[in-house]
Amino acid sequence: MLLIDCPWCGPRAEVEFRYGGQAHIAYPEDPAALTDQEWADFLFMRDNPKGEFHERWFHTAGCRRWFDVVRDTATYVLRPDPEHDA
Amino acid sequence: MDPTDTARPDRYWRAAEPKPSYEAVVVGGGGHGLATAYELAARHGITDVAVLEKGWLAGGNMARNTTIIRSNYLWDESAAIYEHALKLWEGLEEELGTELQFSQRGVMNLSHDVGDVRASKRRLHANRLNGIDAEWLEPDDIVEICPIVNISPDLRYPVLGATFQRRGGTARHDKVAWGYATGADRLGVDIVEHCEVTGFDLDGGRVHGVETTRGTIHAEKVALVAAGHTSALTDMVGLRLPLQSHPLQALVSVLLEPVIDTVVMSNKVHVYVSQADKGELVMGAGIDPYIGYGQRGSFHVIEHQMAAAVELFPIFAHAKLLRTWGGIVDVSPDASPILGLTPIDGLFLNCGWGTGGFKATPASGAVFAATIARDEPHPLARPYALERFTTGALIDEHGAAAVAH
Ligand SMILES: Cc1cc2nc3c(=O)[nH]c(=O)nc-3n(C[C@H](O)[C@H](O)[C@H](O)COP(=O)(O)OP(=O)(O)OC[C@H]3O[C@@H](n4cnc5c(N)ncnc54)[C@H](O)[C@@H]3O)c2cc1C
Ligand SMILES: [Zn+2]
Repeated sequence: MLLIDCPWCGPRAEVEFRYGGQAHIAYPEDPAALTDQEWADFLFMRDNPKGEFHERWFHTAGCRRWFDVVRDTATYVLRPDPEHDA
Repeated sequence: MDPTDTARPDRYWRAAEPKPSYEAVVVGGGGHGLATAYELAARHGITDVAVLEKGWLAGGNMARNTTIIRSNYLWDESAAIYEHALKLWEGLEEELGTELQFSQRGVMNLSHDVGDVRASKRRLHANRLNGIDAEWLEPDDIVEICPIVNISPDLRYPVLGATFQRRGGTARHDKVAWGYATGADRLGVDIVEHCEVTGFDLDGGRVHGVETTRGTIHAEKVALVAAGHTSALTDMVGLRLPLQSHPLQALVSVLLEPVIDTVVMSNKVHVYVSQADKGELVMGAGIDPYIGYGQRGSFHVIEHQMAAAVELFPIFAHAKLLRTWGGIVDVSPDASPILGLTPIDGLFLNCGWGTGGFKATPASGAVFAATIARDEPHPLARPYALERFTTGALIDEHGAAAVAH
């Protein structure tokens, strides 16, 4: 089980959190202007690296706030996301 | 032991040295890659083929899965490909001349609330319309077939009924891989283990071969069948895929006398179980929610699954856990595979089978080989093209087909 450091509550067990997938995916500013390909990219295409990954977590059983971390998907080591934008 | 020493007894396959050039290379020596190579050689006369495997044959998901085979999927496109697979399974021991312990012991999918019952019956009717065998079982029928299921109404999620596919069952996964490997080898296919693909030779939107840890290999047709590691390969050619790789776990108990001679699955409380011929209970747990490449899973996922198992099968409280393991499964947004051509000429893709591709192995090989041989998608593969994520014609099997496996 991961030990996840919530920026507001401190380190807590993974079961308190919900996973939110890749971080820094902005909702399109003008969705109607997107081509089908661009819309598909926004909806479905995500990075899937074996290595460092910027991802979002939601502290469901705690402060109920979203935050970003950088996690290595091979070693599972986590660190705070310097580009945190929650 | 020298890890490149891949010598095997004659009754398996030759340990091939990679040649500088082939007509086609298949990247990934799991069940699907081996079935593809076998089909290319057996059905399409393309025998100048190498299967390149970075580790050892069937060391990926192929020999880590819980071996459940069924074809009772909801959507027509899925029913078509999984039923094609089941029909091939029914003749596979004869086709490969190998005993695969293919056992049509039946697969039961339990329903635990009214919504569950409705969804299951809808699927059952859809199956029948597609010519796939499907029966509805009331709780009394369930215990007749599998007496150890707890049908007490006091359960938090009581068992209200089940769908049953009698033609479903299990097969020995490692034997399936060896059977295809031996068959392909006999037809002249080179099976090259400990050979990792590390790059591609691309020129003008066309692939001409691969770079590997054992040298450059030229091929005008390159087929990617790398399951959970597919994105790492497509990243090398700048092809973005809608895939996320997650660890999925399974476990076995110590040997027990026979207590269950069918397969029982529950989507709602997430447990699926069968008993191996020699006695272990084989059980599957869920996936870790996050991307992960560590071939192990989180302990709390196992705990959750064991709690469900013991409530549904009180007798399991006596069983001791022997071992757990994980595989890395590639999950697509609609929980269906991606199969077909790519924007790069000569590069073919077969991935996204996620948590449930073992049952599809023979069909995956057959339709993918046909696609590679003819440079156009086999009719059963056509709906599984990468374009569906742009057109929106998704084949949404998430939840629709009862547990994803
Ligand atoms: C715990 C678990 C339980 C499951 N239960 C079921 C079930 O009951 N029923 C069912 O139908 N399905 C089940 N599945 C899913 C099923 O196992 C997979 O969908 C299926 O095996 C995927 O196809 P494959 O066999 O070719 O993949 P794999 O066996 O994973 O083959 C891919 C191969 O590619 C190789 N590779 C990767 N990168 C490279 C590279 N760069 N160069 C060379 N080689 C490379 C890997 O080493 C690997 O051997 C389960 C999976 C798991 C993990
Ligand atoms: Zn918090």
